[in-house]
Order: sequence, then C-alpha cells, then structure tokens
Amino acid sequence: MGNTLAEKVWEQHVVRQADGEPDLLYIDLHLIHEVTSPQAFEGLRLAGREVRRPDLTVATEDHNVPTTPGPITDVVSRTQVETLRTNCKEFGVRLYPMGDAEQGIVHIIGPQLGLTQPGMTIVCGDSHTSTHGAFGALSFGIGTSEVEHVLATQTLPLNPFRTMAINIDGTLPDGVTSKDIILAVIAKIGTGGGQGYVLEYRGSAVREMSMEARMTMCNMSIEAGARAGMVAPDETTFAYLKGRDHAPTGADWDAAVESWSQLVSDEDAVFDAEINIDASALTPFVTWGTNPGQGLPLSAVVPDPESFAGENDKAAAQRAIDYMGLTPGMPLREIHVDTVFLGSCTNGRIEDLRAAADVIKGRKVADGVRMLVVPGSAKVRLQAEGEGLDKVFSDAGAEWRLAGCSMCLGMNPDQLAVGERSASTSNRNFEGRQGKGGRTHLVSPLVAAATAVRGTLSSPSDLVTSN
Amino acid sequence: MEKFTQHTGVGVPLRRSNVDTDQIIPAVYLKRVSRTGFEDGLFAAWRGDETFVLNNPQFADGSVLVAGQDFGTGSSREHAVWALMDYGFRVVLSSRFADIFRGNAGKAGLLAAQLRQEDIELLWKLLENEPGTQVTVDLEQRTVVAGEHVFGFEVDDYIRWRLLEGLDDISLTLRHADQITNFESARPSWKPSAQPV
Repeated sequence: MGNTLAEKVWEQHVVRQADGEPDLLYIDLHLIHEVTSPQAFEGLRLAGREVRRPDLTVATEDHNVPTTPGPITDVVSRTQVETLRTNCKEFGVRLYPMGDAEQGIVHIIGPQLGLTQPGMTIVCGDSHTSTHGAFGALSFGIGTSEVEHVLATQTLPLNPFRTMAINIDGTLPDGVTSKDIILAVIAKIGTGGGQGYVLEYRGSAVREMSMEARMTMCNMSIEAGARAGMVAPDETTFAYLKGRDHAPTGADWDAAVESWSQLVSDEDAVFDAEINIDASALTPFVTWGTNPGQGLPLSAVVPDPESFAGENDKAAAQRAIDYMGLTPGMPLREIHVDTVFLGSCTNGRIEDLRAAADVIKGRKVADGVRMLVVPGSAKVRLQAEGEGLDKVFSDAGAEWRLAGCSMCLGMNPDQLAVGERSASTSNRNFEGRQGKGGRTHLVSPLVAAATAVRGTLSSPSDLVTSN
Repeated sequence: MEKFTQHTGVGVPLRRSNVDTDQIIPAVYLKRVSRTGFEDGLFAAWRGDETFVLNNPQFADGSVLVAGQDFGTGSSREHAVWALMDYGFRVVLSSRFADIFRGNAGKAGLLAAQLRQEDIELLWKLLENEPGTQVTVDLEQRTVVAGEHVFGFEVDDYIRWRLLEGLDDISLTLRHADQITNFESARPSWKPSAQPV
C-alpha cells in the first residue's frame, strides 16, 4: 500500500520512534509572532535554555499592530510587541518589525519570502499555520508550550494524524472562489468533521488554482477542525517559488525540485476518509451563524432552527440566530452590513485585492457602509499601490490601510462595535471575534466587494443585474 | 508540572457545544506577557450574563467543567487552558475536544477527559438538580464518579503517563538530543534558512 502526501512528509521528519510514545518530529521552520511567544521565551529563560536553531526561526509583528500610521497606543499591545523585540534580540531570532519592508501577517510573509517550501514541516503558535500546506508542507498551529518546545529542541512529539482526501473536481463557475469551496467544505463536514485529520485537497479544480487560491483553502482547514490542509506541489508551486529570496538556486534548485516532485499521494494510497465536491455546482457561499460551519449559498435564506436534527444543533442554531440578530426565512441577500473587511491571512493577498478591485472599480461603497482594505503584508501593499489598486479602493470610498491582522480579530484598534455587522473575508465568525458584540458574515473577496457596493450581502452578478 | 492522579471538586455544567477558544478567552485578554492571571478573561463575554453558570454562587468553587461536544475549537491560544486553570479548573469533561486544545491541556496539567455524550448529559442533569455536587476524577482508573454514577473516560495514553508522572516535555525530548543532532546532519543542504540572504 502506498503513502499519502502527509505520510510522506511525516516519514521524512521522524527523528525518533518508540513504542507507546509519540513520534519525535523535526521542524524545518518555526514562525513566531508577538501574541503566543512571550511565555515561551520566558520559559526558556527560566530554564536557562537557548533557541536551538535561530536560523530556522522567523518572527513578525502582526496581531496587535495598528493599520493606520503611528505607534501602538494601547499600552498592553505595545508591551507585547516590545517583548517580542527584546526576546528576538536576546535569542538571535530574525524579526520583521512594524515598518520593515517584509513585515506582515505571519502566514503571508512565509510564502512571500520563499521560506515556505514543499515537503517542509512548519509550525507557528497560530492555528492558521495550515495556510502553508498549500505548498505541500505539513504545517500546523501549536500552543505556547509547544512553541517553547520547538524553540528549545527544534522538534515536537506528535501522534500521527489521520488523512482525509477532499476531492474537488470540475471547473469553478465565474464569481466562485476557493473561499467559497472551503466554506462549503466546512458546512458539509462541520467544525469538528476534520478533527484529527490532515486534509489533502485534490482534484482538477485544485490543479487549476493559483498558489494564493490554494493558500486560502488550506488556511481554513482548521475551521473544519483539521490540524492541517495540504495540496501536492506541482508546476504552479515551483513557478511561484522560483526566484524568491529564500528559494534554492542553481544545482540546489534542481535537487529540490526533484525531491518535491515525489511529494504526491501514491495511487494506491488509502485515505482514512474521503469526500467529494463538484466545483462546477458551487455558488458564492456565506455564513449566517457564529461558527464557520454555519454557512449556506448566498441565494439561500436564514435557516429555521427547527430544521436541524438533534437538540444540540437546534439550540446552537437558535443561539447563533439570536446573536446575529436575524430572522429565519430572511433571504441572505437582504442582510444589511455596516462594515466590509477585506484582508487577513485568508484573503489579504494581491490576487484577493485585485479581484475585489475589479468588482469595485468605477463604483462606490454604499452610503452608511465602511470598507477597510488591509493588505496582508507591507509588500502586498506596495505591489497593490504599484498597480493602482489603492486608488481604485480610495476612489470608491474605502479605507486603504497598512498591513496587519486588523479586523480579523478584536485585538488591535480595528474592531466592530456592539451590534455592528460585517461582511468579512477573514476566517472566523465566532461571537465577538471582530469586537465585543460584533456580528460577522464570512465571505469571499468578490462577495465582499459587491456587498460594499450594494450594502447587503451580494455577489458581483447582482451588480451586473442592477446596472 | 504538578502530578495529577486524582481530583475531587465541584462539577460545573456548561450546557453548550462548540465552545471555541474565543469564548473561553477573548483575544483582548491575550495581551499579557506573563504566564498567570488570565482568570478574569475566562468566558468573559458570557460572565456578563447573570444567568451564566459561573455566576451561580453554588458553582463558585467549581473545578471540574462538564462541557458539550467540540470543546476548545478554533484558535490555538494556550491562554484558554491557562484561563481555565487560573480560574481553578483542573479537569474538563466533554464528549469531544479540539485537537490543539487537548494537546495544550495535557502540557499545562489540565486533564481533558473524553466521556460519552450520554454520560455528559447525565452529569448535566445531576449537577443541575443538585448544584454543588462533588465529582471525583481518577486518572489512574480513568473514571469519573459523581453521586452514584461511575463513568469511564478516554485519554491519550502518553498524555496520561505524563500527567501521572508530572513530566515536562522539553526535558523528555532533550534526553534524545544526540538523535536530533544526527537528524540535522542529514538534512538536505537546500532546505531554507531564515538568516539574511
């Protein structure tokens, strides 16, 4: 029996195997940010330990940073960022601080720098580390104790994951993106459906996707409960990597590509679970509730809690509808929003900004709606400005911001007010995620842009009809 | 880490499924750089509601949380475990835990024990009918005892062993430092380095 992609990468990183104990896995790259690292460095200091491989460790400032010019005004946020700076200096870790040309959301800068490569093991104290799986890396979020463990040993004791194939075949219709696919996958298997699994996205629709589209999909694997998402590397992957700062060159490049080319699930590999998605049947997908699994096609209506099987699901749906301030039976397209957020590690890349700009170009953000456009990294911002996208957004009445996690999580100044409703390209619609009392609908960049124009949840095709 | 063999304390019924870590501790409470003092952030949004279970004085000394399915989903923040422990919880019972949460709990010394959903439902009823009921969780026997009920639970063998022994992961791994060094010497030269290029 052959091996799956995830199993192959796992096997290549086993340092030690013993009966009744987890495998000790080597970690090729450790990404760090200011929120989940201070206590880990503190632990090292208390135990008198060093960072074993500072050369395999990279830090950036993202969660707390304001996206308007100027210093961090919140004292506690500033302390966290300053603590990261002190720790990186003391332990010799490379840091991309605010204002640096390479600063940005941790999951945007890894791929951008060429540090994220196929077949690697990558960890970060952040659940959206699954993003890097788009390159065929085994990449997952860890807690702060594990951050300390990796800092001290460059390894992690782990039990093997199970594997699930997500077969996505067919051609995506116009206006439907990989964000819609992943929202549909999560709605199908539920927020716990991927528990214990590494998801491998396969099929013709995945092959046709750009690297950035693959990253969006892998990013949200965690929202289905999965530890990681992966896509086998191919020519698209190699073309994306070639020439990036940290990508191999010359003979090293050839050796790397030869090794990377082996990273596909064998034809006779057996997955522990398998699901099939017909890409051609998909339409824009949005969430109505308070977890990423509570989503429906944009053409649907707010569901009736009574329609759910099981008392727990009924109660959960009722609570979500109450929190979201919705009425069962209401068409999703009629939901008015106050804010549109375009950005995050899910959808803050150049292709996301281009797609949204295409929709919004020559149009205006609806009265009473605020739209924030937050590039995922300083480099994405510069690139977008070079293409004039900043002007497209500004002319439409949107706010063009500096790079950071921004409104994806209520941790920096970009937050929803109590009762405020957003259409957001981020990854979580939990209660209060974007600010206490805020209400979030997860959407694709295309839906975000169309929603900004109409003021209600919309897809670009709604704009065509209304013109 | 303190050894965990057996714990007895007041059970707290949290009749909710899909309790994500943003609910356990909202992001705004994650800004500290210390390892303790996160109890004020625990279930911060829900504690504003006076009917929330932790606001009932009969559960004030609660140390065994009995939660619904899919506890600890979402963000990997370990602060969720710290907040529970800082508040006084030593055990969380659920019929299914999110992977990262379960791992984080084991490392910090919080027992995340998996019961059958029907047993959770029974516990909820018992704790709601008789608030203040003591629950005994025995890690050696893998049992939960409440009133006349005895339930078995599942826990990862390795996590169980570490909890029972009070062992810290890093020291365990560093016993194999030579194997790590050997592995490193065999890594392909083209693997990336984070140092300036």
